[in-house]
Amino acid sequence: MSNVIKLKKGLDIPIKGEPADILENIPMPETFAIKPADFQGLVPKLRVKVGDKVKGGTALFVDKYLPEIQYVSPVSGEVVAINRGERRKILEVVVKADQDNLSEDFPKADPKELSDGDIKGELLRSGLWPAIKSRPYGIVAKPADQPKAIFISCFDSSPLAPDFDFVFKDESEAWQTGINALKKLTSGKIYLGLSVKKENIIFAKTEGVEINYFDGPHPSGNVGIQIHAILPLNKGEIVWTLQPQGVIMIGRLFLTGKYDASRIIALVGSEVKDPRYYQFWMGGCLCGLLKTKLSKQKGRVISGNVLTGTTSGSEDFLGFYDNMVSVIPEGNYYEMFGWALPGFDKYSPSRTFFSWLRSGRNKYVFNSNTHGEERAFVLTDEYDKVLPMDILPVYLLKAILVNDIEAMEQLGIYEVIEEDLALCEYVCTSKINVQSIVRKGINSMIKELG
Amino acid sequence: MKILRDWIDKQKPKLEKGGKFHMFKSGFGAVETFLFVPNHTTRQGSHIRDYVDLKRTMTIVIVALLPALLFGMYNTGYQHYMATGQMVSFWPVFFFGFKRILPIIIVSYVVGLGIEIAAAQIRGHQVNEGYLVTGMLIPLIMPVTTPLWMIAVSVAFSVIFAKEVFGGTGMNIWNPALVARAFLFFAYPSQMSGDSVWVSLGSKTVVDGFSGATPLSQAATAALKPMAEVASNHGISYSLMDMFAGFIPGSIGETSKIAILIGAAILLLTRIGNWKIMFSTILGGLFMGFILNLIAANSYMTVPAWQHLIMGGFLFGAVFMVTDPVSGAQTSTGKWIYGFLVGLFGIMIRVVNPAYPEGMMLSILIMNMFAPLIDYYVVQSNIRRRLKRALVKS
Repeated sequence: MSNVIKLKKGLDIPIKGEPADILENIPMPETFAIKPADFQGLVPKLRVKVGDKVKGGTALFVDKYLPEIQYVSPVSGEVVAINRGERRKILEVVVKADQDNLSEDFPKADPKELSDGDIKGELLRSGLWPAIKSRPYGIVAKPADQPKAIFISCFDSSPLAPDFDFVFKDESEAWQTGINALKKLTSGKIYLGLSVKKENIIFAKTEGVEINYFDGPHPSGNVGIQIHAILPLNKGEIVWTLQPQGVIMIGRLFLTGKYDASRIIALVGSEVKDPRYYQFWMGGCLCGLLKTKLSKQKGRVISGNVLTGTTSGSEDFLGFYDNMVSVIPEGNYYEMFGWALPGFDKYSPSRTFFSWLRSGRNKYVFNSNTHGEERAFVLTDEYDKVLPMDILPVYLLKAILVNDIEAMEQLGIYEVIEEDLALCEYVCTSKINVQSIVRKGINSMIKELG
Repeated sequence: MKILRDWIDKQKPKLEKGGKFHMFKSGFGAVETFLFVPNHTTRQGSHIRDYVDLKRTMTIVIVALLPALLFGMYNTGYQHYMATGQMVSFWPVFFFGFKRILPIIIVSYVVGLGIEIAAAQIRGHQVNEGYLVTGMLIPLIMPVTTPLWMIAVSVAFSVIFAKEVFGGTGMNIWNPALVARAFLFFAYPSQMSGDSVWVSLGSKTVVDGFSGATPLSQAATAALKPMAEVASNHGISYSLMDMFAGFIPGSIGETSKIAILIGAAILLLTRIGNWKIMFSTILGGLFMGFILNLIAANSYMTVPAWQHLIMGGFLFGAVFMVTDPVSGAQTSTGKWIYGFLVGLFGIMIRVVNPAYPEGMMLSILIMNMFAPLIDYYVVQSNIRRRLKRALVKS
């Protein structure tokens, strides 16, 4: 291991419900949905109506401003609903799966022999393009951009995250094929970020990439943190990022010529009976899984991890980028003198509760209570301890709050997205909604500077 | 508990806009959240949040202040019986101080929280927890003989003009507790300095030989004499042990360095107090002490640098005042500079300017004003680093 980058700042939250290394097969869900909200800043334009027959890889909607970017159905079946929210905003396009699981046909090819134009074309047509995100801003990449590099974090350090060594152990061919395809899309290098704590069975053998190892607590697995440590992003520069899952989907596309939405997910959290891995599908309804695998029926179901994941209303569908589902108890209760009790069972990185006297190996149940009301910024130094970047988070947030574009730019808005500051939000004594402030800042940057 | 909860829930509609008791909404909310941590759940961003909130944080600071407060009560009684020449056992000594100090605390909280609640109601905000600490700090930095009405006036001045006009907790420029003290110091100087204000005598008279002067004023007085005439230990009549343990006249909470160090340990263990600031303040004080030792123009300047730490309010300021996260520097580098300068100016004002026997208060208030400037340069250097990174590569 040559390039080990040690990050000291951060925090591994000791939350109960880690997945065991067991993979279980379950029947395919009946309904699937693609949610425009999974893609930051997307304005969708529908390409289907209720009743249309679709196959895996058929466009459901496209980006209104970049219509070549398609968002496709994960499976074959019939569009049964287009659910809308306030102001007729599209929340999800629901597809009822037939059991054939047919896919649109795409040409099989070895990406090494294709041109960058061919590869872009195939990714756009197949609906896998949105797997590529661009920094700054963490939005779906624009096909016309020339990224200076592509970054892929090969481990997830977030709470209860799946172990990629386990999840992707049989995917080495698809992985390398995906990497080969991506290599054509950048004139720069592909950088992989690996964890020193993992075996990296398939990742360490990747050809044609630069590998860096990271050592440290969450958020060391966030690709934004890795970019900052390896090749910091400056004004005017663009890099692309992918998750390993996306690379493998791209690889499968070129290997088989099919759109394959299957993926292994981890169902985790304190409310889950026997947390473990399941063979699942992107966009699939979690209802069947949740019906049988939860210890209690009440709880918060999060597609993604507890820091950055999303919840949807009654039916929960697996998000486009997610490969885990976390279930934690709701915290909608009053606690008498909760702020004054000694709190031996209340984990807190702040040491203001006596739980810090307990062993570091202890795991705790976390719920969704905010544990206090929102206040102005009072304490300092809290955020800095969990953000391994040379960025002054409070000053950046204040610049966003007063909408000072120049200051945001100077203080590093190009280098962060919500997930990088998610821990700041978790530790905040003043209960400030850090992630939505960051997104607000990114949105006004996009609006002002395009 | 259930009954209380139900009763609160039943009252809530009356406090909404248009309800009968809308004018008490902020105050009621403060009491409610004091009794119960609210049932709010996360709606955006991180689904889990840390258990710590501002109430918890402020409570721990108050716990850290308790040793100083309890010793302050004992010492008030101790100084009283020393001055009047009586010998009594532990509990009467303690209760003498308790009876003197409790009213000061009550006045401080009633006036301060009253204004805070009214201000929150006018703004339509929730009541902020910041005053819980300020309200305890103010009594601890006053002489025990301060009349209650003066406490009330200074508290009102500081809460209104040092805090609420800037927007409340988290927005103030100066440390509100020190503003209250500074207000008294300049508005009623006879109550805040001299040798007679530090010991509560009641109706008794002083026995012969008891001066009531603080070590600081003794040292300052001695400094005016030619060096050769100054008695041993720079004119200070108290032993080092008394100054360390706190059996000396002074503001209520500042005398016992042992009690303050216990408080410091609580703040540092819970990581609420910032060790960088505490440490750099002490470093700054020692540094200035050494420089003065080198100059040694009068007897005060020859006081060993470390001895300054156990005199007056230096340590109390370094542990409880400089560490105020709102009025101090907020960046890590800024904290080192800020703390160092507070310590440096604190000792400089104390020794060089005979008009102010204690420099810590003024030093912190001055540096409060400069803290944003220090932070500004730290932030600018961060920005420059980022720009340079871009230039180097292109």
